[in-house]
Amino acid sequence: MLLVPAMIMFCCGVYGFITRRNMIAILISLELMLNAVDINFAVFNRYLWPEATEGMFFTLFAIAIAAAETALAIAIIINLYRSAKNIDVRDLNKLKY
Amino acid sequence: MESVGSIILYIVVALAMVVFSVLAVTTRKILRAATYLLFTLFAAACVYFMLDYEFLGAVQIAVYAGGIVVLFVFSILLTSRPGHNSERLSSKSRVLGSVAALAMLLISGYALVSRCALYAAKPALDTPTMQQVGQSMMSTGHGGYLLPFEAVSVLLLACIIGGVVIARKR
Amino acid sequence: MDATLPILILAIPLGMFLVLGLAGCKMSHKMAGVLGCLGMGTTLVLAYTTAFTYFFSGSPEFVNAAGERLQAVIFNHTWLAFTDKLVIRLGFLLDPISAMMLVVITTISFMVHLYSMGYMRDHHGVYERGFQRFYAFLSLFSFSMLGLVVATNIFQMYIFWELVGASSYLLIGFYYVKPSAVSASKKAFIVTRFADLGFLIGILILSYYTGTFNFTELTSAPVEGMADVFNVSETTALSVKSIFESSATPVFLGGSVLTWALVLIFMGGMGKSAMLPLHIWLPDAMEGPTPVSALIHAATMVVAGVYLVARLFPLYLMEVTALEFVTWVGAFTALYAAIVACTQIDIKRVLAFSTISQIAFMMVSLGVARPEFHHGLGYMASMFHLFTHAMFKALLFLGAGALIHAIGSNDYTAMHGLRKYMPVTHWTFLIGCLAIAGIIPFSGFFSKDEILSSCLGNSTFIYIWMSLVAGLTAFYMFRLYYLIFWWKEHKIPEGHHAPHDQPWTMSLPLVILAAISLVAGFIPFGKFVTWNGHPYDFMAHFDWSVAAVSLCVAIVAIVLATAMYRKENPLPDKFRAALPRLWEWAHHRFYWDELYLFITHKIIFDRICRPIAWFDRHIIDGTMDAFATVTHAASRAIRPLQSGQVQLYVWWYLLGALALGGITMLCLL
Repeated sequence: MLLVPAMIMFCCGVYGFITRRNMIAILISLELMLNAVDINFAVFNRYLWPEATEGMFFTLFAIAIAAAETALAIAIIINLYRSAKNIDVRDLNKLKY
Repeated sequence: MESVGSIILYIVVALAMVVFSVLAVTTRKILRAATYLLFTLFAAACVYFMLDYEFLGAVQIAVYAGGIVVLFVFSILLTSRPGHNSERLSSKSRVLGSVAALAMLLISGYALVSRCALYAAKPALDTPTMQQVGQSMMSTGHGGYLLPFEAVSVLLLACIIGGVVIARKR
Repeated sequence: MDATLPILILAIPLGMFLVLGLAGCKMSHKMAGVLGCLGMGTTLVLAYTTAFTYFFSGSPEFVNAAGERLQAVIFNHTWLAFTDKLVIRLGFLLDPISAMMLVVITTISFMVHLYSMGYMRDHHGVYERGFQRFYAFLSLFSFSMLGLVVATNIFQMYIFWELVGASSYLLIGFYYVKPSAVSASKKAFIVTRFADLGFLIGILILSYYTGTFNFTELTSAPVEGMADVFNVSETTALSVKSIFESSATPVFLGGSVLTWALVLIFMGGMGKSAMLPLHIWLPDAMEGPTPVSALIHAATMVVAGVYLVARLFPLYLMEVTALEFVTWVGAFTALYAAIVACTQIDIKRVLAFSTISQIAFMMVSLGVARPEFHHGLGYMASMFHLFTHAMFKALLFLGAGALIHAIGSNDYTAMHGLRKYMPVTHWTFLIGCLAIAGIIPFSGFFSKDEILSSCLGNSTFIYIWMSLVAGLTAFYMFRLYYLIFWWKEHKIPEGHHAPHDQPWTMSLPLVILAAISLVAGFIPFGKFVTWNGHPYDFMAHFDWSVAAVSLCVAIVAIVLATAMYRKENPLPDKFRAALPRLWEWAHHRFYWDELYLFITHKIIFDRICRPIAWFDRHIIDGTMDAFATVTHAASRAIRPLQSGQVQLYVWWYLLGALALGGITMLCLL
């Protein structure tokens, strides 16, 4: 039952990720997707192998890594903002051919 | 679902999760999006509590709600002028995004329904105590997570240094 | 014998080369010249000491109780030890021919060093550009040549062989701003390198079967009770032959493998000694400064081929086919070069062809030498002629250099009647001509006479052939002499000083060499140098009939030359008109250069290289180009995908993920 909201949450993340232009909004969408996946881990662990703890620990480490990743991403975004005064992904297209 | 209370709780949590995540990706005010994200994360924490993973729920609140969202708010304040709305999305990109999300939903929902995973009963479980969690985190061998623990600590260190290096003024 | 002297003999020229080559530009011209002369003078003294010790000390290392000369390995340093057998050594072998060559090389080299002090400057005493470089190269050449003649093994010889080739290349191209000098040096290098390929293959065949590089193990046997002393032995050569007979294919393309090895080794000698058909580089090598021509291209380096055959002579004796090959190559070259020399205008070219002809004499002499006839008289005669020829040919070249220096041209047409203006040059040149023509009592008479006797001992046909060549020699040398010094009064061009004799640094070597040419014939050469070390008194076996015939031939030739060229007269033109075809062919050196050009350009370049180049350019390169073109086109086609829009990438990723998910669903459910 709990998988259904997680699934919807993931799809919201996907929608946000491909439509939003603000990089921070994209990052927020990313967090949504990550959380949905975390919930999946916990749920599968709880329902299918209740005596094991792997899913829980996976979620735990995923949270830690997500925190690190967010911090770094925000550092990059702030740096970009400082140099380009803009954090719209459509304008940040220097990395082409 | 055993009791009416838990059903009500489930409905509340599920509704909160869905509504707030939808709002988080559709609102045009970026600060609001961060706030909706916070609520979504709280709902996710509730899910962990419902699954009897209290430690996980606590971590979720502490790290996500307490750390990451604060970071988001800081960065939003640093990078955008107050009251500035992001421009309206073109309908074309909205439609395309919805199509993609719905396709995603369709495929994973089909998988979920076809496996009849919707109505599975929750097996009984002793909630893992803090002591158990701490012991497996610090032990090696089967069921021990010392190596990933250390790896994550190194990753965090690298992340701190990387953040400092990237963000420092030149 | 103590190894100090021999080491110094090699070390001083090498050190001189390094000093002059590295620090030469820092010192004055005169300083460099004096230093070079001093170095070479010291080497000369040391080499003379060594040679005199070898010939006259009577030490049991050098001569045994029976009076036979022995081969002494003074030192033999192991340089590269690859395996037990494949060891390359550098050493010092003292035996009759190497001791004699030490004397020849250091004498001529010293004379040339001295002479160049005067030659390498203009009439106002200003030294030529690159004067120090010139002396450095001369030292390098002396070092290489000395290392070549004292080699204890064939590989050391090969190393120094290449070194003399390299220094010859450097010295021919000394005037490197002159295109003709550059192409001449290139030609010399390429032709001799081509010949050295044969030499190397020969060395490899020989050492592959015998398992040794050492001359002492190939041609001589150790003397009992003495370390490092050897005696030339036919038994050893015989055992080498039997090694080949037992282990190699008996016959390869009509010759035994040993014959092939020896012929291939001789091919290296043909290249260096300018034998037909590899002679084409030597006349062009005259582009170098004249002292260089005297040292390298007349007296020392070009006789390396003769020396090589002499060194391996006991092996050649085992294979008479190879020896006959040597004879015939020599005989044809001698005649060819003598005929060509009669028609050349450039005096250095005449001398160059005369050199080729005389070296061919030595080759023939080695080729006809047989132990049955007067203990291998031909071998001794060849070495004797090598010695005397080095002296008088160096003399002639240095004299020619003096003339060129005075006149500023190589052609005799610009000279004529110089005898009054340059008396020293005139008289020394005349001595040189008499010596090469073989007039008693000049040195050339004795050595050439020995060669002719030895030819007669082998076959009458060769004897008549070589006598004819000897007559031609006398004729073209006196033609040259008369055309330079007589013919008509010298015409001094407007605004020029009258030509005059040279400074003492140039005259002194001429006089010394003339004196040597005058008396060298009386050296009892047979007592010192014979093929197996047995002393042989050729004076006791002197064949007066041969001597009388050769003398007559020479005198007739000289008289003919006198009649034709002493005074200006139409006889030469009539003669030329009588034999137009022959004259034309000889004047163009029988079109050998044209033949080579035809073969290389028309056949090798056009027929072989051009198709290969086409194949390379169009097929090999074309394939590679096609790869590049396809890759480039493909990259241009897909480049817009890399738009820099992150969300577009996400779209593509999402499509892929959805497709994969959809397929997985369809397959699994």
